[in-house]
Parts: sequence; structure tokens; C-alpha cells
Amino acid sequence: MPSFGADMDSGLLQEWLVKQGDPVSKGDIVAVIETHKGAIDMEVFQSGTVRALLVEPGTRVKVGMPIADIDDGASAPASGASASEPAPQHTSDKTAVSTPALQRSQDRVKASPLARRLAENAAIPLQDLQGSGPDGAIIAVDVNAAIAGSDPGAAVPKPPDRSAMRQAIDAAMTRSNREIPHYYLATTIDLQAASQWLAAFNLEQEPDQQLLITVLLHKAVAVALRDNPEFNGFYIENHFQPSPDIHLATAISLRGGGLITPAIRYADQLTLPEMMDKMRDLTLRVRRGGLRSSEMSDAGITVSGMGERGVETVFGVIYPPQVAIIGLGKPELRPWVIDNTVQARLLVNISLAADHRVSDGRQGAKLLRSINKLLQQPECL
Amino acid sequence: MAADTETISYREAVRLALQEALRSDSRVFLMGEDVGHYGGCYAVSKGLLDEFGEQRVRDTPLSESGFVGAGVGAALGGMRPIVEVMTVNFSLLALDQIVNNAATIRHMSGGQFSVPLVIRMATGAGKQLAAQHSHSLECWYAHVPGLKVLAPATIADARYMLALALEDPDPVVIFEHVMLYNELAPPPVESDRLPMDKATLRRSGNDLTLITYGGSLPKVLQAAEQLSQSGIDAEVLDLRCLRPLDTTAIVASVARTHRVVIIDEGWRTGSLAGEISAIIMEQAFWELDAPVVRVCSKEVPIPYPEHLEQAVLPQPEDIVNAAKQLAGLA
Amino acid sequence: MTQPDKPHINRSHLIKLLQEMIRIRRFEERCAELYTQQKIRGFLHLYIGEEAIAVGCNQALEPEDALLCTYREHGHALARGLSMAAVMAEMYGKQSGCSGGRGGSMHLFDNSKRFYGGNAIVAGGLPLAVGLALADKMQQRNRITACFFGEGAAAEGEFHESLNLAALWKLPVLFICENNLYAMGTALSLSESEQDIYRKAEGYKIPSLAVDGMNVVAVEEAARNACTSIRTAGGPFFLECRTYRFRAHSMFDSQLYRDKAEIETWREKGPIVQLTNWLRDYHQLQDPELAEIEQVVEDEVEAAVVTAENADFEKVATLTRDVYTGGSS
Repeated sequence: MPSFGADMDSGLLQEWLVKQGDPVSKGDIVAVIETHKGAIDMEVFQSGTVRALLVEPGTRVKVGMPIADIDDGASAPASGASASEPAPQHTSDKTAVSTPALQRSQDRVKASPLARRLAENAAIPLQDLQGSGPDGAIIAVDVNAAIAGSDPGAAVPKPPDRSAMRQAIDAAMTRSNREIPHYYLATTIDLQAASQWLAAFNLEQEPDQQLLITVLLHKAVAVALRDNPEFNGFYIENHFQPSPDIHLATAISLRGGGLITPAIRYADQLTLPEMMDKMRDLTLRVRRGGLRSSEMSDAGITVSGMGERGVETVFGVIYPPQVAIIGLGKPELRPWVIDNTVQARLLVNISLAADHRVSDGRQGAKLLRSINKLLQQPECL
Repeated sequence: MAADTETISYREAVRLALQEALRSDSRVFLMGEDVGHYGGCYAVSKGLLDEFGEQRVRDTPLSESGFVGAGVGAALGGMRPIVEVMTVNFSLLALDQIVNNAATIRHMSGGQFSVPLVIRMATGAGKQLAAQHSHSLECWYAHVPGLKVLAPATIADARYMLALALEDPDPVVIFEHVMLYNELAPPPVESDRLPMDKATLRRSGNDLTLITYGGSLPKVLQAAEQLSQSGIDAEVLDLRCLRPLDTTAIVASVARTHRVVIIDEGWRTGSLAGEISAIIMEQAFWELDAPVVRVCSKEVPIPYPEHLEQAVLPQPEDIVNAAKQLAGLA
Repeated sequence: MTQPDKPHINRSHLIKLLQEMIRIRRFEERCAELYTQQKIRGFLHLYIGEEAIAVGCNQALEPEDALLCTYREHGHALARGLSMAAVMAEMYGKQSGCSGGRGGSMHLFDNSKRFYGGNAIVAGGLPLAVGLALADKMQQRNRITACFFGEGAAAEGEFHESLNLAALWKLPVLFICENNLYAMGTALSLSESEQDIYRKAEGYKIPSLAVDGMNVVAVEEAARNACTSIRTAGGPFFLECRTYRFRAHSMFDSQLYRDKAEIETWREKGPIVQLTNWLRDYHQLQDPELAEIEQVVEDEVEAAVVTAENADFEKVATLTRDVYTGGSS
């Protein structure tokens, strides 16, 4: 198969214009080759007799492969019409050099490249320094002060209670309250239907497979977000970017203080048992380590459940750049009026804190209504 | 502001350089739109026609591609042409000749032919000439291997860089910023002559480096002065040659001050400032004590009204603010 | 058809013209074959059918004159006297090529022959020709710069800017338009309001002429007259040579834009066929002599291929040479 162009790597033999035994002379058109630029006449550069046609019309052939055998009286059989050998394959002999996987840790110290170099040379752990740069970053002056040991103001040891995490939470919450115009809505939802369905479901499960009511609440929130995208996403550079997927950040507190909000990814697509597993798994990994970076960064909304602390209603602070946080209070048996009679029902208070730059109260109310509606049909979750 | 006998203008410095070149080498000639009878769009070549005649101070038709290409051909034919293109915006009509011919012929011919051509053009904003006469596209030319790109920012460089460009055997593009033509300085002396492709410190400092070139240099020096009053000791590095960039000088300055602001009248996206920033990242990362900051033009075509035009361009206040922020004093 | 009755048109000269055209033809046929074998890569634009122009015009040019051509310039290079081995090595991208291997088929250069290259930007070479001629004029050198280009160039601004400059400044440029009727696949009638290209030169007051580009003798005569005009009157001359390329624009071209009958019609009046037949009709050429010419050419082509095959590729270590004089930056 001849090459007609640098960007041709194969051709489709459309038609033979010669047959076995035909004499051919140099310059004759012997075949029509279909290429991505159209049909091109193929000429031969030898004279002789067609000994064999090696390829049927309709066949796609790589450039350089023989398609016919011409006896020119000199060459041995099986030399191709194009008399060319397949081009050498340029395989790369370079072995891929892999960079060691980056370690992502939550307590990464912010320090300038120069500060890192100086600290490393002086064998001073960056963790021991307090930064005076932007956002508390350690810069050269901090390291130099520590080396000199002369300026207590510039390089005091880090107070033990101000962990990096605490600082991160401080910074985020400060920014949130400074920048985000929050509005708050809350509603009480009757969980009677949900709890009855759950009791029936759990009856058939092994003890370790049983679901908690909080799983239903999370799932209802996730599904409700499908029709309320203005609460799921990020506010970046004066624009709201809706998240294409529904990943719920769930607030998990640490025993030593502080909290981490890893994501239940694709929460609306998980079955209830899957979500239960996921929540158990996250709690375990938060406390033991082993969170993936995607779980820490891509959630478009946070769900904060304070029920286990006996809190009735949560007034959340949005975690920027997210635009909403859902608060789950403690489900409790409380009086509830149904058909003009007071009944004891399992109720929960669900709250929404949302960014007014992105949504307004009417949309917020719609989201809460959607959650309520879903929880009245737990079998659909 | 009238020039007394003690000072000359940037315009006069370029004219002296042209005059010297025309006098000292019979192969040199000047060609371009309105360089002869009109005296040059920016009056740079005024009077040269009288001294050197129509053959050597050659008015051309409005055929940028034609006369720039003729410059390439004349250089191939043994001449030392200086081609003036009225502004960098117009040079886009000659881009084919500059990029496809001047910059490639040496390479395509396997080193058989050099193109000793000098192309001068005006660049930059500040004269309310709106969006087709004000842009700073130096970076486009600095992208192209085979070209050398100069940006004389001082009267001394305006006076001496042309001769260096003419001595160079390869095509050299010289950018003269329109706001510099009226700048004044004492007449430069021979000791002010610097090598063609080296950056130079216009001011030494310890706290941070301001890197710039061309028309932004006066603004940057003004900003450095203001900064010194705030206790910030800024170094000012004038690149002078945009291709090849003097990487050594850039890295050396960063190694001294560890903080950098780059001031570039080009648009930020894809700018020379971006290139310099990348060089610093690649070659001086461990010297940085703060992120590199860029002060560039806003990403709009240059508007006509003065207040909008000025809002687009890097201003001394912008440079001061960026530098203060970088020094942690904002 | 111009009869070959001028003083310089004797039999040996005609045989020389024929041999020169056959030399270009066979060289390019071999290139086509080598291309399909992937020995030659990139674009390959064959001159087959147009040989009379390069050969005819070169008869009128002196060694000190300059030539600028297009990306279809193998014929001009060979006619100008570049060694076939150096041109073939360039096609291979080998270091011994006439451009050190850096240019390839479209960028053949040779300083010693004042051959300023194949320029692959349509009309991009015309301003250079103006500049070369300007340099000659300013240095009072009696030289001509011959600039070859296709009729497609007439649509470019650089064509008009260059014609105007050359006429305005009375520069010694011989503009040679090789009108093969198609700019790649676009017929002249689809792209030009004035299809007599030579008439465009009239608008710039450049003396101009159209000639049968398939008749090497007619081309030579026209080129000689044009050169005489340039050397005596001083200004440029514009020669339109009407021709046809028998092969595709480049190798990868299915020629959807023209039919085979049209190609056949032109092939019958091809420059080599035409001259061969004329010589035979007048009993000036015997078969053994023709066979001998073919053999000499074949041997030269074969030797060029062997040389190119055996030549070295440049080492990657010198990759950045020749970007700037004396090194790279």
C-alpha cells in the first residue's frame, strides 16, 4: 500500500484495474485506493506481469503492506507492488518515569519556597514556626528569626491549641460570615411515615445492616437537590457554578476537637444501604486517616447533623465556596396536630442556610418542601 | 519642558542613531511609510531626506507586506535596510514576511543565508489613538525563534541600540514606545552604550524586584521612588532585550530580593510577564518568598477616552499597591 | 507555435533543452515513487508538465542573476544547476542536502547558485524578489532577479504590492507566472475576474506577455526578450507562461476538481512530447540517441538516490543551529 501523504496511515483498496497475468508497465494505473481525501489512482513504478493480487477490493490495508506481487523478471516473488517495506515502528524506548504520589495531608504548613529552603538548611521543622506572611504563611523572615533565636515576636512556638485545622476552620468561617449574605429557613417535618417504613425494613436486616433514620434524611436532601440546583455548587469570582453532580459534604466531628466534612459522592445515586455503608466508612476513615482528596474538595453543599447532640435546630454557617448548608436537628417524639387532634409524632427540624447572592427564600422554601415530600414517601428513596 | 542645550529627547536620540548609521555605512538605508518627505509619523526621521536623498531615505507606498519583504530581500542582497513600520498594529499586515521569511530563511537554507534586517516600529498606548494604533504586541514577536526583539526604554538605548541591531547578522525588531518620544535626558555618552541583549538594573534595591521594559520603565521608576518613601527598597530591572531574554539577570535579581512584580503593558493573558513568571518558577523557585505578581494591561482593546485608556494601562499606583501587598505592607 | 528559427536555436541546443526537461521529469517520477515508499515525506509538489518554463527561462539567466521559486521548485533547482545529488539528499532530509536537510522538498536553497529558495507561502517570495533587485540597483549591479510563482499568487495582496514597488522603483525583476490553471484545486475561473494574468501587470505599467508554457523554445525566446528589456530599459518584466500540471497538486490529492479527459488533452501537448516529436519530424533525433539520453538521466537519478540513501542524517545534538548566525539563543 503506497503512502500518498504524511497523514495517510492506511488505504481502502477500492478496485483492481488489473488482474493476475496482466502485463503492466511503469506509470500504469493498477488500482484505485480510497483515502480520507477521496479516491486516488495508484500507479506502479515497475514493469512486468501481475503474479498475484494479494488483497481483495474492500479491504483496508496499512501503508507499506504488500497488496500485489509483480514479476519484473528480476525480483523474487512476493515483492509487493509498492515495493516498500513496512515503515519501522517508532516505539518509544523511554520508560515512563513516575513521580512519587504527592502526600496530601490536612496539616500542610503554608510556607514560601525560600522559607522552606532556609528551614531545611537549618534543620528547623516548619511546624514549629508561626508565619507572619499572608494567611499565616511562613516566610523567610520567620525562619531567619528562628535561626537567630533573637526575635521572640517573630518566631514564637505554635500554641498547642491552635492546630492547623482550627486555623482553617477559623479562616473559612470568618470569610463566610464576612462575605456570604446568609438567609435562614427552617421547617418541622413529620417522620412518622419514614420511621414506620424504616422499622419494617430493618426487621428483615442483620443488626449490622440496619439503617439509621439519618440516612433517609441525607438521601432525601440529595434527591431534592436534583430539582434545586441553585443550592449545590460553588460561588467563585462573583459567579455561581452549579455542581454537575450531587456530592454531600457531611460534617463529622473529631474526638480531639474540630470537624472534617468529607463528601458522600454521588449521594443521590446511592441506595440507602450503600449510603449507610458510605457514612460508616467515612466516619471510620476520618478518625483513622485515609480520606481521598476528591472527598475533601468537590462537595457542592454540606449537611450538618447535630441531632446526636440533642440540638433541636441548626443555624448553619456556609462553608465557602459552597452556597448552602442543611442542618438536621434531633428527631424526637413531639406533639403534632393531625385532623384537629394532637398526636405524638416523630418530628425533625430541618434548616437551610443559603447564600442570598445565588438564591432567595422562595427557592429555599421549595427545597425544604421537596425534602418533606420525599420523606413522606420513604419507599421511593 | 522645552529642551535646552543640556538635554535631548528620545526622538532626537533615535534620529541621531539613524543619521550615524546612514553616514557610516553606505549599505544602510531607511525605508517606510512617510519616513522621507513627511519626516516620519512621529517626526523621528525629519531632515534625513535632505541629507541622504530619496534613494536612502525611501518613502514607500502603504504596502507593509511588500516593503517589509523588500527589506528582507535587500538584506539578502547585501544591504543593511532599516525598515520603519508606523505602528505595531500595522506590522500585522507584514507578519507573513517577518515570521515566515525573515525569521526562517537562515534555518530553511541550512545556514546559507542570513537576513541582517532591522525593523523599527512604534508601540503602546497613551495618546488616545484607540484600538487600532495603541497595542503592545511585542510578545508576539518575542515568541518567534529567528528574530531578536529590542525595547529601548531610555534615551541612551534609543541612541545606541540601533547600531548594535545593525551589526547583528540576523533580523532585529525594535519597539519604540510612543510615550517615550518626548522624554528628555542629558545627551548620552559612549559609556552609556550597553550590550544589545543584556538586561540592566535601573535602580538597585533589596526588598523586591520590579521587572519591566519599554514604555513602562518611567512609570516603574516613579513607583519605586514612591515605594522608597514607604520604606520599601525596590530594585528595577529593565529587560531591554525581549528575545533572547536575559534569564541570568532575572534570576540574579530574584535571588537577591526574593519578591517580584512584573510590569508589562501587554495584556496579561499569554504575556511576556507570564513568560518571565514561568522562567522564575523554573529557575528561581526556591528563591521566592512570595508569589510572583503581574501588573499588566486590562483585557480590553484600548479605548479612546483618556480616563478609560489610563484605566487599562499599568499605572504607578497599581505598581505601588502590588509591591506593598507583596511586601506585606498593604 | 514559435518556430525555432532564432540564431541560438540549433540542434545541439534543442537536444540540451530536451535532456534538461527529461532530467527533471525522471527525477520527479522517482521522487513520486520514493514518496509512496515513505523515503520522502512532507508535501511533495511535482512540476511534471511544466518543465519547459524552468528550462526555457534559465537559458536567459546569467550566473550572477538570482532566482526565487515556490514550493514546486525541483525543476528550477535542477535547471539552475544545483546538483541532483544535493537536491535528492534534501528530499530525504539528509545533512548533505542543498539546505542541510532542514528545508525539504519545498525549501531548496543554494547560495552559490543565487538560488533563494522554494518559498511555501503563496506570493511570499515576490516581496523578496523586489528587495533583492532593490539591493542590486542600489549597488549598481547589473543583475536580474527572476521570481517564479503560480497564478494563484495573483489573488494575494503581496503580488500587487510587489508589482507596484518593482514598477515604481524601476527594479530589475523578471516576474514569471506559471499559470497552470489551478490553485491547488480551485480553477482560475473560480478565483479571478481577470483571467489573463499578464494583463494585471499592465495596470502597474509593467511590460508583459503571455507565452505558450508548453513550448520550451517559445519560453526561452520570451525570457530572453524579457531579460533584454530589463537590462536595457531598467524596469521589471512580467511573463505569463500558460501551462498545466499533469500530476496532482501534491501527492495526496484525488483530483476531484478536474476530469481525466482534460489532463489527457494537455498531456498530448506536453513539453517533452512536443519537442521530441518536432525533432523526430525534422529527423533531428534518432531513437538510439533518445535512449542514450534516457540512460544518462537514469544513471544520474540512480546515483542521486544511492547518494541520498547513504548520506547521514544530522545529529539531534545540533538541533538549534542556524536559528541565529553563530549559534542559537
